[in-house]
Amino acid sequence: MKIVVIGATSGIAEHCCRLWLAAEPAELVLVARDKAKLDKIAADLKVRSPDSTITTVLGDFLDRTFIQSVVDGTVATGPVDIALIAHGWMPDNQVGLDLATCEQILDVNAVSPVLFAEAFAAHFVTAGRGTIAIIGSVAGDVTRRANYLYGASKALLTRYAQGLDHRLIGSGVKVVLIKPGPTDTPMTARLKARGQRMAPVEDVARATVEGIRRGKAVVYTPPVWRLIMLIVRHIPRPIFNRLPL
Amino acid sequence: MRPVSSWGRLSADPHHVIELTDRDRVAAELTGATTAGIAHGLGKSYGDASLNPQGILWSTRGLDRLIAFDSASGRLTCETGVVLRDIQRLMIPRGWSLAVVPGTQLVTVGGAIANDVHGKNHHVVGAFGDHVRRLRLVRSDGETIECGPDLKPELFAATIGGLGLTGVIVEAELQLRPTSGPWLEAETLTFEGLEDFFALSDESEAGWEHTVAWIDCTSGKAVRGLFMRGRPTPATGSGWRERRRRLPLTPPVSLVNGLSLKPFNSLYYSVNRRRTGLRVVHYEPFLYPLDSILDWNRLYGPSGFFQYQSVVPRAAGLEATRDMLDAIQRSGQGSFLAVLKTFGHRAAAGLLSFPQPGVTLALDFRNSRALPELFSRLDDIVRAAGGRLYPAKDARMPRALYEATYPNLAAFARHRDPGMSSAMSRRLMGT
Repeated sequence: MKIVVIGATSGIAEHCCRLWLAAEPAELVLVARDKAKLDKIAADLKVRSPDSTITTVLGDFLDRTFIQSVVDGTVATGPVDIALIAHGWMPDNQVGLDLATCEQILDVNAVSPVLFAEAFAAHFVTAGRGTIAIIGSVAGDVTRRANYLYGASKALLTRYAQGLDHRLIGSGVKVVLIKPGPTDTPMTARLKARGQRMAPVEDVARATVEGIRRGKAVVYTPPVWRLIMLIVRHIPRPIFNRLPL
Repeated sequence: MRPVSSWGRLSADPHHVIELTDRDRVAAELTGATTAGIAHGLGKSYGDASLNPQGILWSTRGLDRLIAFDSASGRLTCETGVVLRDIQRLMIPRGWSLAVVPGTQLVTVGGAIANDVHGKNHHVVGAFGDHVRRLRLVRSDGETIECGPDLKPELFAATIGGLGLTGVIVEAELQLRPTSGPWLEAETLTFEGLEDFFALSDESEAGWEHTVAWIDCTSGKAVRGLFMRGRPTPATGSGWRERRRRLPLTPPVSLVNGLSLKPFNSLYYSVNRRRTGLRVVHYEPFLYPLDSILDWNRLYGPSGFFQYQSVVPRAAGLEATRDMLDAIQRSGQGSFLAVLKTFGHRAAAGLLSFPQPGVTLALDFRNSRALPELFSRLDDIVRAAGGRLYPAKDARMPRALYEATYPNLAAFARHRDPGMSSAMSRRLMGT
């Protein structure tokens, strides 16, 4: 199996890789921005699975030329079974940010993942196979003041994944959108320090790997978030805006 | 700040928890700290060894990466937040195993080093620290120091069993042992009386890698128990599947109490008495029976529980153990988990390591007002017999007892990192 992981230093992505390699050796291409972090993860995975092939690619996730070339490059060395697009960035406070930071939140969490997915989709349609998995968020269903720019970006991914899934009907290509609730990863360390409850990243990774294996269109993890978001989406605005969220 | 408890659940004080996720950034985190702190792994020490109320805990959970493995020599280098179970599950199919794992696999490498933990095979391989070849220690002044048995050996000896007080251990190189696989030939035998226990221990030491005994501490003068021994076997047992259950909530009162204790112990004894004899078992249920019930510590209710683990030299062992069991029975306290095991003769690797040649007794007690008096009686027996208590299990030993029974304290103090401090270090060492 050949798997390409975009944003391989994300906590969820790293644990997905551990699960994939625990099941069987694989060919992994890990794409990230931070060399020191990526090298540690690649070395860890190599110890866990000496028979796997692990390559690392570094680059700028906001550079569409890089996005195109890294996707073309990984496909050129052999057909890809799974592309996991996992990168994300959640600044602590999203109220009153300057426009440059606003733009960056939207670029990192929405534009960049869509461009990666588009690039993979073109190749996968030609091959008639492959799974594009995107890490969204429950924050894309309903968002609140503390992280509404992040939430809005993830909402874009939700609609994008739904539309891409529609486009790819009958093509043999699957689209899987993962919607984790708050997950215990380095990205959320500050929230955890304030006492917010978090799902263990191992559990979220397990649900992600299983959702990809089964080709589910939307995976809520932990599953209770499907019900929670269904309810929250239907709370009338006057009430929602009075909730201490 | 968030509340943190240790395994005994005796407190839930707020701590400033800092998650370490990148081993190259630990030095920056430590130098940035304005108060003293202590490393914290999975929080499985029973008392206050890894607690620092109102202060800093450096959580090592995110330092869980393997770094290198040499399949020829069996040397594994890893970060210290790696959980022992993950190493076992990865390496045993490849023919290698950790030499020492305590009664639970759900502890980190760092915690195993800082407490120099022992397992059921202490008489064969010694303690965890005996198999550490290299450590990378980050001190609170930002300095990173490598040490090992042959490199800065004094600092190494202070760090093995050093309760995290010499710095944050970020990396370790471990010597694994070759193994034939996950199966053990296991045997359970009954015994009556401590003489019988010692005879079985002596007889088993040569041929059996793992030995441990459960005793029914409610059974009166001639204490009865189950002696369990196991050794690796190339034979294959019937399939084993992991079953993970969790105690879903904390009962309002301890389920271990005066009413339940005696019937439970009698039932446990009689059920297992019928299971004596040889069988082939998977190592996980044999070596870590309680790992299949997550959060079992909730059984003792909201007030938590104490564990009292002592070791006394063999010469005084029979009498001291008998006196302790007598004192416990007379107090009306007692426990489900009463474990007896003989240690081997090897000198410990750490200045503050707990294991010493002799016999170790471990008992759980639900938190109650009667305990201080009982513990002080037990302390007297242990001290008179030339024994000591296990800090990893301790939440209450008096400083005088600690100072009298850990003779290397002065030598250890020279290697302390002033930026490391825990509730235990303040209780037992003053700072």
